[in-house]
Amino acid sequence: MRELALNVLDITENSLRAGAKLVRIALNIRFAEDRFSIDIEDDGCGMDEEMLARVTDPFTTTRTTRKVGMGLPLFRYSAESAGGSFSIQSQKGKGTRVHAEYCIGHIDRIPLGDFGGVVLQLITMNPAVDFCVEVRSEEGEGLLDTRQFREILGDVPFTEPEVRAFLREYIQENLVSIYGGRL
Amino acid sequence: MKSLEELRALREKMKSQTDNRSVAGSDETVIKVGMATCGIAAGARPVLDALLDEAGKRHLHNVSISQTGCIGMCRLEPIVEVFRDGQKYTYVHMTAEKARRVIVEHVVNGNVCAEYLVGEN
Ligand SMILES: Nc1ncnc2c1ncn2[C@@H]1O[C@H](COP(=O)(O)OP(=O)(O)OP(=O)(O)O)[C@@H](O)[C@H]1O
Ligand code: FES
Ligand SMILES: [Mg+2]
Repeated sequence: MRELALNVLDITENSLRAGAKLVRIALNIRFAEDRFSIDIEDDGCGMDEEMLARVTDPFTTTRTTRKVGMGLPLFRYSAESAGGSFSIQSQKGKGTRVHAEYCIGHIDRIPLGDFGGVVLQLITMNPAVDFCVEVRSEEGEGLLDTRQFREILGDVPFTEPEVRAFLREYIQENLVSIYGGRL
Repeated sequence: MKSLEELRALREKMKSQTDNRSVAGSDETVIKVGMATCGIAAGARPVLDALLDEAGKRHLHNVSISQTGCIGMCRLEPIVEVFRDGQKYTYVHMTAEKARRVIVEHVVNGNVCAEYLVGEN
């Protein structure tokens, strides 16, 4: 992947495939320590221990169209090759949490890319799923919770052009502005 | 800064408008973009954005654009499926530019972009 934001999209697709109703995505940035982390947490079907142990091995997948699963191995590699770390926790029937940590200034760290665009895509393309997205640094924090939006909008879909335009700006001003062009 | 207050105001404004948007009917075109790992890595996101942007600019209300998981042909990603007149058209190796052409030529003007169809290249 050329942008970590694309890994976020891809890992969140796993959550959606697992039947998640609520997905939490968090960026925690410590500029002073030159580090940041990405967390993706869902309330989907989860995995048993045996599956979990094999899941960052590229030959583990439950898809039927091909024999290798690349999403988690790629995400893991993006962190471990950039002076960071990776972990995954999961409980059958409860949900899954994926954590990746990066050294911001590491020469092999992939840029975050269009994280705002990915958030907009996720929330507008998945009307049956709620998302809670947080971006936090020493300098400030921003939150997006689709449950709040839905309560206000009622039956007006997020895909209505005026609503979509609002959401795009909301994401830019509340989430992306926290890190600006620094990731 | 954009706030929930502002969204509330927007919602009030939308309520007072009479809904003159055409409802999705039998002439609806459904477009799906493959968004599995292979699709994302091959550039499915700019393709989806281009489709949404072009359809939005042209105010095409009888077109629904969504993402789908695996289409089963990793090597041909990014893939765009167009469902229209009871038929399915599978466009492969798509780019943002080709996606815009599919909206203009196929969806608006009704001329299939044959050179992008699976099996044609
Ligand atoms: N959040 C999750 N909840 C439940 N199961 C999951 C979750 N994430 C991954 N899995 C399981 O782990 C497998 C491997 O995931 P991975 O993303 O690596 O590959 P994949 O999704 O199968 O294929 P792709 O290469 O398209 O991502 C999945 O097939 C799924 O069974
Ligand atoms: S995983 Fe590539 S098209 Fe299905
Ligand atoms: Mg996956």
